[in-house]
Amino acid sequence: METLLSDLESRFGTTEPRQQRADLAFVRCERNRAVDLITHLRDREGYTHLVFFTAVDIIEQGLFRLTYLLHNPELHTDIGVEVDIDREQAEMESIHRLWAQAATYQRELKEMFGIDFPGSPRVDEPFVLESWDDIPPMRREFDTKAYSEHRFVARPGRETHETTEHMKQKLYPEEEA
Amino acid sequence: MSEADDKQQFIPDVEEEEARSTRGKIQLPNADMPIEDEGRFCSARPHVEAPFRGAIEKFLNWARSQSLWVLGFGTGCGAIELRPLMTARFDAYRYGIQGRPTPRQSSVFIIGGYVSLKTLKRIIRSYEQMQNPKFVIGLGSCTINGGMYWDSYNTINRIDNYIPVDVYIAGCMPRPEAILAGFKKLKERIRAGEAEGANEYAEHFDWYKENQKRIVKDWDMPDYNW
Amino acid sequence: MSDTRLYKGIDTRYIPEEPEYVEFDAAERGGPGDRGADVGETGAPDVDLESGKYLKLWQGPNHPGITGNMSVELTVSGDTVWGLKTHVGYLHRGFEKLMERRTYIQNFPLVCRICVPEPDFNEYLYAASVEDLAGLEVPEKAGWLRILTLEMARLTSYLQWIGGQIGAFGVGTVGQWTITHRDYMLDLFEELTGGRIYHMYIIPGGVRGDLPEGFEERMEALLVKIEKLLSEIDLAMFHNAVFKTRAKGLGVITRDMIDRYGITGPNARAAGVARDIRKDQPYLGYDELDFEVVTAQNSDAYDRAWVRRQEMQQSVSLIRQILKRIPKTGPIHTKLPNVLHWRIPPGQTWHRAECTRGEYGYYMVADGTIYPRRVYVRGPSYTHAIAVMEKLAVGTNIADIAGLMVSLHTYPPEIER
Repeated sequence: METLLSDLESRFGTTEPRQQRADLAFVRCERNRAVDLITHLRDREGYTHLVFFTAVDIIEQGLFRLTYLLHNPELHTDIGVEVDIDREQAEMESIHRLWAQAATYQRELKEMFGIDFPGSPRVDEPFVLESWDDIPPMRREFDTKAYSEHRFVARPGRETHETTEHMKQKLYPEEEA
Repeated sequence: MSEADDKQQFIPDVEEEEARSTRGKIQLPNADMPIEDEGRFCSARPHVEAPFRGAIEKFLNWARSQSLWVLGFGTGCGAIELRPLMTARFDAYRYGIQGRPTPRQSSVFIIGGYVSLKTLKRIIRSYEQMQNPKFVIGLGSCTINGGMYWDSYNTINRIDNYIPVDVYIAGCMPRPEAILAGFKKLKERIRAGEAEGANEYAEHFDWYKENQKRIVKDWDMPDYNW
Repeated sequence: MSDTRLYKGIDTRYIPEEPEYVEFDAAERGGPGDRGADVGETGAPDVDLESGKYLKLWQGPNHPGITGNMSVELTVSGDTVWGLKTHVGYLHRGFEKLMERRTYIQNFPLVCRICVPEPDFNEYLYAASVEDLAGLEVPEKAGWLRILTLEMARLTSYLQWIGGQIGAFGVGTVGQWTITHRDYMLDLFEELTGGRIYHMYIIPGGVRGDLPEGFEERMEALLVKIEKLLSEIDLAMFHNAVFKTRAKGLGVITRDMIDRYGITGPNARAAGVARDIRKDQPYLGYDELDFEVVTAQNSDAYDRAWVRRQEMQQSVSLIRQILKRIPKTGPIHTKLPNVLHWRIPPGQTWHRAECTRGEYGYYMVADGTIYPRRVYVRGPSYTHAIAVMEKLAVGTNIADIAGLMVSLHTYPPEIER
């Protein structure tokens, strides 16, 4: 796979190639060249199977990292393309013309993270949530415990045993916290 | 009832409709209609069915406990242990328990596990379509206090804020033997006359509806499905 | 008796006709025998909802749950379905968000509930991802015990499925047989792991317990029973005229659809594309085991059922081979660091496995704290239930939609996690 990675670097300017295992590698690409890279991988390099694509919220640097994982069924190798997009203006070019299944992933990302894919069919339709009134839930600033306590009434009498506290009490009762 | 029934058209009895009307209590879609037209939209609230007295009620309770038809709506994880119940090994059919596809023909609703917001709407709708007397079994710890998903943004923590529950079966998943033990408990409760979930729902209708509407923010169904 | 056959001049004798089989050629989509409609590239026929000829019908979440709670919104005209939209989300618990709030060791009871009929694949993939990121080595015996539970899970899941497939067409007996045999297998699971449905047996570092005494004999007795059951299923299901008429030509997947839609697993293998992760990228001990990839010609519902039935036979033989290879002695678990303070170095990894439905995978990103940064579960039904189903349902009958859903082996919890 090294030849492929160096070839991509020269053609598309990908950075940070990481050969994780013999059959898995990751590269990072800029946002405006990513779809060209993916199309090249699909049409010319044989990575015809889109395994998934998802987003990781890196709130400390203010960006979403989209990961597209492509699989080559002949050589049995995977390549992951990472694309960083801005967290405030989260928008990315749609790939629904390359794979018919991509529209579903894009719908989910719009609902869960708030990343818009203009032009993707039915991207504004809610996918799994109904009667949702808050920010997209997979964002890191969304606190699911606070939301659950606020919206849903819990039965009284639940106790929490924080594991680290409990073990500290058990093993080192003389020490202060 | 009045002689109005013999005629072909429906002429509402105003006092009765007044008593049953929900005007001023909850805001229903037919709230602004004149009292004569309200009845066309089935605005009647559920009303409490007082049980008979003495031996008749005992007999009816015995009959109800021996023939529990379960609604075949597998709402969550719990549905996977309901299927082995119907095979020859555990054989729930000898206890009179069988599955029915529609709420109109069933008397027991088994809430199998966690309830997400989307499913809650459908559960309420199915529950209200079932006919009295009806019983609810909460299967698994997720119905009791949220279980493993207690901090999830999409699952509710207590199902009995929204519909009345008669018996809880703890576990994750409860085995088929545990489910049969739960049914046995339900039968005991029915025979003792304690399983009055449907009447509770009718008595505290406003409280249940308020809870439901607070949780399900886009309440776009008819308010009453019976 | 003699003249009652002619009632008002109409001949009322009932002579059942032999259903006519047409040889179906998958290369000619839309040719004879294809019961879907030919709708061209976009896959959506032109439906005019204002014309009053179409009705929207919901086949909603109120059903016994053989496919899980998913609802389809059908646009029908008469008895033919012209449009389908899948609605998921009834079982959404927000697993990925919950996993970010729990430590690595607290997650392993959570992951098995993502896929209810075969929870072991989740446990294995989660454990493999954590081990990959943390740099742990799994002892050999643990690896073989893991592959044993995976194959047992595959058998139980297929047993449940095959009852559901023909149950969707109206035959309930096969379901009763297979669920009973699945119960015997769940008994063996209970001996091994302590739980019937949710095992929580495969943990990062190894497995939780060893094989009990006499396990191999009991398993062999059960496998003999299951093989006998499979031959009875052949008679009751695959030689059944009703099943053949209804399932042949239903929901045909052609070869060009496989990569466009990301179809994996038996759905793809039934179309002749021999992709099996256990052969292509072997994990655990699959490269030492002897088995063939099962393929068929045209991927309609009948062929998919046939492929799955052959894979059940394959699982039986694999379990026999595995039981011979499990080492008698050896550790089953490596030593983990203090799991309450277990910090995994930053990185990311992707692992995949071949579950009964197709390609199942976990993508995990760690950032050096005690909580995972992101765990993404890739379920095969994600593509099968939404994009593929919406295309295949056009032109079928309303009664066949349930059969189509089950034959694609869609399972909603892994779509919406």
